[in-house]
Order: sequence, then C-alpha cells, then structure tokens
Amino acid sequence: MKYIDEFQDPELARRLLDDIHATVTRPWALMEVCGGQTHTIIRHGIDQLLPEQVELIHGPGCPVCVTPLEVIDKALEIASRPDVIFCSFGDMLRVPGTGRDLFQVRSEGGDVRVVYSPLDALRIAQDNPGREVVFFGIGFETTAPPNAMTVYQAKKLGIRNFSLLVSHVRVPPAIEAIMRSPSCRVQGFLAAGHVCSVMGVGEYPELAARHRVPIVVTGFEPLDILEGVRRAVRQLERGEHTVDNAYARAVRPEGNPAALAMLEDVFEVTDRAWRGIGVIPDSGWRLSARYREYDAEHRFSVTGIKTLEPAECRSGEVLQGLLKPHECEAFGTLCTPRSPLGATMVSSEGACAAYYLYRRLELTPATTAVSPEASPVA
Amino acid sequence: MGHGGGGALSAELVEHLFAPAFGGEVLAQLGDSAALSLGGVRLAFSTDSYVVRPLFFPGGSIGDLAVNGTVNDLAMSGAAAAYLSCGFILEEGVEVSVVARVAEALGAAARAAGVEVATGDTKVVESGHGDGVYINTAGIGLIPDGVDLRPQRVVPGDVVIVSGEIGLHGVAIMSVREGLEFGVDVESDCAALGGLVRTMLAVTPDLHVLRDPTRGGLAASLNEIAAASGTGVVIHEGRVPVPAAVGNACAILGLDPLYVANEGKLVAFVPREHADAVLDAMRAHPLGRHAAVIGEAVSAHPGLVVARTGLGGTRVVDLPIGEQLPRIC
Repeated sequence: MKYIDEFQDPELARRLLDDIHATVTRPWALMEVCGGQTHTIIRHGIDQLLPEQVELIHGPGCPVCVTPLEVIDKALEIASRPDVIFCSFGDMLRVPGTGRDLFQVRSEGGDVRVVYSPLDALRIAQDNPGREVVFFGIGFETTAPPNAMTVYQAKKLGIRNFSLLVSHVRVPPAIEAIMRSPSCRVQGFLAAGHVCSVMGVGEYPELAARHRVPIVVTGFEPLDILEGVRRAVRQLERGEHTVDNAYARAVRPEGNPAALAMLEDVFEVTDRAWRGIGVIPDSGWRLSARYREYDAEHRFSVTGIKTLEPAECRSGEVLQGLLKPHECEAFGTLCTPRSPLGATMVSSEGACAAYYLYRRLELTPATTAVSPEASPVA
Repeated sequence: MGHGGGGALSAELVEHLFAPAFGGEVLAQLGDSAALSLGGVRLAFSTDSYVVRPLFFPGGSIGDLAVNGTVNDLAMSGAAAAYLSCGFILEEGVEVSVVARVAEALGAAARAAGVEVATGDTKVVESGHGDGVYINTAGIGLIPDGVDLRPQRVVPGDVVIVSGEIGLHGVAIMSVREGLEFGVDVESDCAALGGLVRTMLAVTPDLHVLRDPTRGGLAASLNEIAAASGTGVVIHEGRVPVPAAVGNACAILGLDPLYVANEGKLVAFVPREHADAVLDAMRAHPLGRHAAVIGEAVSAHPGLVVARTGLGGTRVVDLPIGEQLPRIC
C-alpha cells in the first residue's frame, strides 16, 4: 500500500527499536502531542515494545476532546432549531454535551448532517437558500485553514445563509501551558507533523530553548513515531534540546504559505478555553472582524448556556499528561465509549478511548494476558 | 441509527428487546439463520431486510443484496438456499423503470445462486417515507446430514480462515454515497456463498462455525463467535487480506478495515487438522482465491478478540458500538 505500508514495515521498526534500546541509559518521559499519534502508539502496541525507561505521555492534541462543553451545548442548541441544517465531521456526533449529543438531536428531528469537508456544507447552503447552514468548525491548525477557506468562499460568493460555529485551538500555547505546570514531567515532545505542515516550525525553537526540551516533528505511522522517539531520546541522552524535523516528507520549515495567508485573513488569535484544562492565553482563533457576520455564535445568539461537567471525569488531567486513562476511577466502569463521561472516551483520537478499545486485556484485572498458545499459526 | 449498524447496539436491541418479547428456543440461538427440525428434516430458515443508498452501486444493487444476503445467511448454516420470499416496499413516486431494474437484478441473482423466488408481496408507502425501494427476503434450505455449524462448537486450537479480501462493499458504498473518490475504483464483493460453502463441506463436514461478516465487518463476526463460544480469538493483523484501495480509503477516513462491511465473504473456524485441506479447496474456488488463515481460537481471554499487530504488539479488537465515524483530521 504505497505511502502507508512503507511506514509500517516490521523489519524497519525492529531496527529503530533496537537503536532506541541501545541508546537509552536512564528514564525519559516524552509527550506525543496529537491524539492521532496516541492512537497509532496504542493500536500498534508501540509502547509495549519500547524500553521500560521510555514513557510516552499522551498530550492534549485531540480536537474533539478539547472542545469545551459550552461549545458542544451551543452546537446542540443551534442544531435543534428547525430552520437550521447543522453540518459536522462525523466524530463530533457522539461527543456528550450536557445531557445529550448531536445523534440525539438528529433522532429528535434536527437536521444534522455528516460532511467530509466544510466546502460540502457550503454547497448545502447554496442548495438550500431558505435555510441556515452551520458548520461546526473545531480543531487545530490542521482543520483551521480549510474552514477559513470556506468562510472566505462564502463571503466571496455572497452566500448569506452559511455560518461557522468556531472553536479552533493552537498547539504551541498548549505546549507552553503544559511546561509551565508545576507537576509537569515531560522532558521532550513529539510535535504533531500535520500541524507543522501548515504552520512550519517557526514557533518551536524558542519553546525548546526556554524549557530545555527537545521537540521532534513527528508523523503518524508507526515508523514515524519510532523515528520521533529515537531522535528525542538521542537528544536527551546527549543533553541537547533542539527542534528536529523527522517528518520532512510533509513538513517544510516555513509551513504552507497559502494556508497561513488564509488563516491570517479570516481568523485572529484569541484566548480559548480547552475542555478539562481551562482558558489558555492566545491558544485559539476566532473569526476576524471582517468575517464576524459568519460567526454562528453571533448569528444565533447562543448565550446563557450553563454547563455541568461530570465531577467523576478526570479527562483534564489525562489531556495534560498528569494521569493515564486507566488510573481514573471511572475508567471502564462509570465511563465507557457507550456511556462516556468525557470526550476523551468517545473521540476516535481520545486517549481514554484508545486505552479502552485496545488495552482492556491488560487493564482489566479479571482477564489474563495473552498466553503462549496465542502464538502465530502456520 | 446506531442500532442498525451491526455492532453492540444492534446486538443489545435483539438480545434485550426482541428475543425476550418473542420467546422461543430457536430464536435464542441468535444465529444468522435458524436451524429447524420439521418432520424429521433439518431446515435453515432466515430473513433479512435490505435498505441501501444508492439502490445501484459499483458491483451490485439492492436486488443482488436481497438475494445474496439471505442466501449467505442460510449458507452459514451449511444449507443451500432452495426458496426465497420477496417483499418490496416502494416509496410513492419511485420510477417504475427503477423498480424494473431492481427486479431484474434480483431475478438474475436468484438464478445465479440457484434459488427460486417462491412468494412475494408489495406495499407502497407515502412519498418521503422511504428511500425508493426497500426489500425483505426470507429463505429456506436443507441442512446436510452431519453438518452442525454453531459457535458453541468452537474449541481452542481451531484455525480462523477468511475467504478473501475484506472491506470492499463498505468502501464501494461510501465512494458513491459520499461522493468520495479514492483514485481506484472499488467494487462491492456482493456474491452468493452457497457454492463456496459446499466446496468447504466437501472437504470435511466438521467445520465448526461460519459467519458472513456484513455490517460491523470482520471484527463484529469474530466478537459474536468469541462471545457465543466462550473462547478467545487471536488474529494476526498482517495476515488479514486488505486490498490497497480499501486500506487507503480507510487510512484517509480514519476507519478500521476490520469494521467495514462485506457482502461476499465468510469467516470459518476449522479444526486444525482440516485447516490446510479446507484452505486449499477454498483457494481453488473463484470466491475463495484470496482465502487466508488469519488466526486461531484460544483458551486465554475468553470472549475477547485480540489482534497481534504487524510490529509485534497486541490490541483488543472490540465489538463496534454503532457505525464507525470518519475522523476530523
């Protein structure tokens, strides 16, 4: 499978693992920033194959997980309106708001549609001039440019019945917040390659120098992760702390100028709340003044929403790398993908979901580990 | 909608709502088809309803599905389908020419599968209350002597064989329904499996269980067998045949091919001593060319399906909750 198989090759993985094992002399804690990386690690069992001294801490980079409950509730309220067609990426539909989710809104008659591109939502707006079409614009630097492009197109084409419910967040301020935490144990970062493919690496050297942590730009296939770990561990063992691009096939140092221009035109930096973490200064985007008329929050005046986070949910600590998912008392009991307390258990990139889906065998005391009889068959 | 996805929600609906309400020992077995004894004759009896958008897709149509789906449910009991019933629910306004194309496809699929449509029914619902055409089929067939296919017969050591490349039907439907193009045309694998099953049973009637992994994909079928048999299942991810186009489409959308629907594949649990001969016979059949041993039943972790990853790690392969949802990025 071109471009995928090449980065899952077991023989190359073994060589990288051997190198990491040979390099490590003492314990190191690395944070993979992105939930997509977390899922690759858990799904392929990479953490089981690394030396015991290398601990992977799961970071806050799941766009679904960090979308504040208040924004989810605003989405639910807007999507419930009879004149609205509410469009979203698929994985937001199961995320619990206060008491319900978008699937439930749909089952109650709301017109909630899964789209694969924000431009699909714009097309729906063109096809339904008598109705308001809202796109749920969440995510990191990866999804922000196409969403910005969609608003730009809406304005250019004079489409008035389209708006964006926006909750975009930025990675570097989150890394800064994690490193400033007194309980932070992170000694190096595997930065999210797709974020850097848009933004470039310009924001990272200062972070790496200030906090004396290596930052390795890393992709999402198993070999990408192993190469990222290898380079981070090498730096740590040598006492270095530089920015290293291990995802050069996708990331140019300057990023994607066209995407950056679009972001700058349509959005402006703002403080943002992260679900389970709180407000991080300058960590988000909102529509700039020129495009404010396309802001769904303004158009639908969704204010006065009172949110209630379940007291048992400790996803905030999971998102900051302070707690492993299975160390939460509610994990697998009160909180499962079927009845999640927090978004980390329901998002396809959530760390809790990864542990629940792929690691129950080791985490459930009642079951036994894979026995020798489960060896490869002829 | 999740309750129709073939995952945990579907199973709960059947086990906790329908089965208790209807009662009956036969239904409680919850197989793809019911194994009956009538006048000393062993029959397989099955029904399924077909709802698909669009009605015509690369590699088939709702008419093909309505025949092959029910024929395959019977085949998973070892039975060759003999007769089908066919109920059409038409939406007011659907063009007669569309209905005619569906009917022709259904008739052709029945002839190809060697089954006769013996009885039928037609209803029309108001415009806006359907997707053009819904079809229900039921089928009966004889179960050969000496054949007893049930998950309860699975024992540790059984070899797990899949009959070919997985995920084709689900990706073909996504490609046309969502307007997604993956650079390569993907056609549904929609096919009747009765002939392949007969080929396998000719090698040995002592197959333990067969399932056709439709909604919920291979993961759902393996989980059903693990749960019903009380054995664990280990599969080796690298041995599961996934076509490049399916793998790429799933990678783009953030889906797992193990959970994507098939309409012309089966998974078999075979006693280890017969596995090589069964595999050879399958590979000699047109619908089993890419058959592969993908794992085994084990006594460890009863009821759980575990995958050994290509890199040597392990992970649980869970029953999906509902439909898989494409990822944001």
